[in-house]
Amino acid sequence: MKKIGVFICHCGINIKGAVDVERLTEELADYPGVAYIENYMFMCSDPGQNHIQDAIRENKLGGVVVAACSPTLHESTFQAVLKESGLNEYQMEIANIREQCSWVHTNIEQATHKARLIIKTAIEKLKLNESLYPVSAPVTKKALVIGGGIAGIQAALDIADAGFEVIMVEKKPSIGGHMIQLSETFPTLDCSQCILTPKMVALNKHKNIKLYVNSEVESIDGYIGNFNVKIKRKALYVDPHKCNLCDDCTEVCPVLVPNEQEEGLSWRKAIYIPFPQAIPATYTLDLENCLGLEPIACGKCREKCTAEAINYDATDMIIEEEVGAVIIATGFDLYPVENIPEYGYGKYPDVITSLQFERILSATGPTGGEIYRPSDGKVPKEIVFVQCSGSRDPEHHLSYCSKICCMYTLKHAKLYKHKIHNGQPYIFYIDIRAGGKRYEEFVQQAVSEEGILYIRGKVAKIYKEGDKMIVMGMDTLSGKKIEVKADLVVLAMGIVPSEGSHDLVKTLKINTDDKGFLSEAHPKLRPVESLQAGFYLAGTSQGPRDIPDSVSQASGAASKALILLSSDKIYHSPIIAYVDEDLCSGCTICVGTCPYGARELNEVSKVVEVNEILCEGCGACISACPSGAAQQKNLTDDQIDNMIKIIASGK
Amino acid sequence: MKDFEPKIVCFLCKWCTYSGADLAGTSRMKYPPNGVVIKTLCSSRVDPQHILLAFSKGCDGVFIGGCHPGDCHYQSGNYKTKRRIILLKKVLEQLGLNTNRLRLEWISASEGKKFANTMKEFTDQIKKLGPIPKINCE
Repeated sequence: MKKIGVFICHCGINIKGAVDVERLTEELADYPGVAYIENYMFMCSDPGQNHIQDAIRENKLGGVVVAACSPTLHESTFQAVLKESGLNEYQMEIANIREQCSWVHTNIEQATHKARLIIKTAIEKLKLNESLYPVSAPVTKKALVIGGGIAGIQAALDIADAGFEVIMVEKKPSIGGHMIQLSETFPTLDCSQCILTPKMVALNKHKNIKLYVNSEVESIDGYIGNFNVKIKRKALYVDPHKCNLCDDCTEVCPVLVPNEQEEGLSWRKAIYIPFPQAIPATYTLDLENCLGLEPIACGKCREKCTAEAINYDATDMIIEEEVGAVIIATGFDLYPVENIPEYGYGKYPDVITSLQFERILSATGPTGGEIYRPSDGKVPKEIVFVQCSGSRDPEHHLSYCSKICCMYTLKHAKLYKHKIHNGQPYIFYIDIRAGGKRYEEFVQQAVSEEGILYIRGKVAKIYKEGDKMIVMGMDTLSGKKIEVKADLVVLAMGIVPSEGSHDLVKTLKINTDDKGFLSEAHPKLRPVESLQAGFYLAGTSQGPRDIPDSVSQASGAASKALILLSSDKIYHSPIIAYVDEDLCSGCTICVGTCPYGARELNEVSKVVEVNEILCEGCGACISACPSGAAQQKNLTDDQIDNMIKIIASGK
Repeated sequence: MKDFEPKIVCFLCKWCTYSGADLAGTSRMKYPPNGVVIKTLCSSRVDPQHILLAFSKGCDGVFIGGCHPGDCHYQSGNYKTKRRIILLKKVLEQLGLNTNRLRLEWISASEGKKFANTMKEFTDQIKKLGPIPKINCE
């Protein structure tokens, strides 16, 4: 029988504080199969790992149980220890006695008893573990980047610069994301477009990058290193190669719709270019609002187009691509302002969102960068900014801090003061969160030199009186009710995952947190990887963050993807299904249960075979098999049964 | 009966409920220690025979945790589990067992609190039902 070593970790006092490790060491020494047992303060530390290696060598151990923290944390650490000692890494089992025992139980007697059962089940499983070797597969040296905002652009450029091909998919007609809508950026007040457009151009011209705009990912099949992507590209009614940007088509188009790029502050036609610096630089026909592709209904733009770039017969296309890694950078949306009816957005034109104010401030915006209020075009002499609109309000709205609003609101107030010197900005705030390089200095300078008035408190209601907006709130420093008369009110809206990301995560089976932001594999140590192998996270798709953080995270995600793309082979977990040919009757019930098409009946031998690369190891086929022929490597029915027997014995 | 401490097997899928149980740990939530976990990659790995074995060997309750509908890491494993459990409950009835001894719950990786609360509730429920009667279904 396999000689088993058991190593119980104290994890400082994290485990030892609730589990009597000394008693367990004494008791389990006599357990059948256990040839060696010890406990140590930190098994994962260098000396701890050396203890395991020494014990393996001296006692000729055939398997190791490490009773410590969750396998999510250190399974690979201890697998590496076994490998270094010449043992197969699958001869190691973790008994999770921290997250699922010492941290959740307070009674030492009970916790020790549960830890005993957990360790015994691990020993029983280990007894029947086989030595396994990872299944290898080639890597497609190409990456997919979903989302063309600053995070996606940065990740795509980094991967392409390293010499690998990149496919970028963007839902909108141009890349640029929210950043291209911004006026200036904090804390340096440099123009957002001036720093972003060169990157957009570089991306479009890069020989390693293929860009699909007006496109969405329809499905991704396969596994890490070998994904098959289906991209749905909306019909190209305007041929980007023929279009010469003459703008004749928009002149004749009779349809006016609110301009999304300007956050509804101006109008656009049904055939349009999203903004002058759009990449790719071409016009787009918006089918939803176009009077009709039937030339009888309208057809004015095609008549007018001398370049013959417009083709009403174009159709949607499904494009298939093979990639090895996927970077998700699907960005954010503002929290729906309609959810806060007491602020009167929609009812009063002079209550606007922060993104609308960005457009007003922007030199390329509807007012050319001059500050006028939407209702009557008056220059606002008093302006109120409402921070935490929808954020940090767990009872009614978002529970979390949207992280960027403190800084961008201050930037708004500063830019306002720079343009309207005799104007007075007021900012309602809960706290000022200025944790970033040169952020605090940015705040202090504004408060001491720019005459911006901060009012600590939340706004209860906004309503109209005459031509003024009345902002009613509570000054929590003085404890008094406060009313500010303003010409314009800007709501610093919190941020939420982008609308399209909800469908995407469902299609891709990517984990999200309870807010809908993508979950990282580990909150501290693996912040740019998804738990789903081969998927990497960049930008605000993972949580609220500013531009510098998005860019550094995107570069982080790109370098993680590059580790994968620069390997010739990837290794797939060998914990997969197999078939006992002597027991298989060829009934093929299992074939129907496999979601990956990994099982197939061999017509000659009349038994089912498993494709090791396609099998993901879920085990649905195993519990469906009526004869017990289907089994899972290192989690066979016998192993599960033996673990159950330990738990049932209660000893 | 007052000192009755039920023995409970918990089959948790690696992707959702096992991570949810870990989160309950990292959040230091407290719950009764009666459930001992067997980790599977997917809840669909749990064969009804394992559950029957657990009951016949003297486990007082069996808990299965999987991903929410639509969230299964393996696309549809949790639906297969749900169907199997519905059928198995009919078998348990025929064996004269209270079907409340078997519980299937969808708990995601972000629902540590739900895991802790479910463990409390389920343990209380099994305590009320008392020790499992002797059955033989091997």
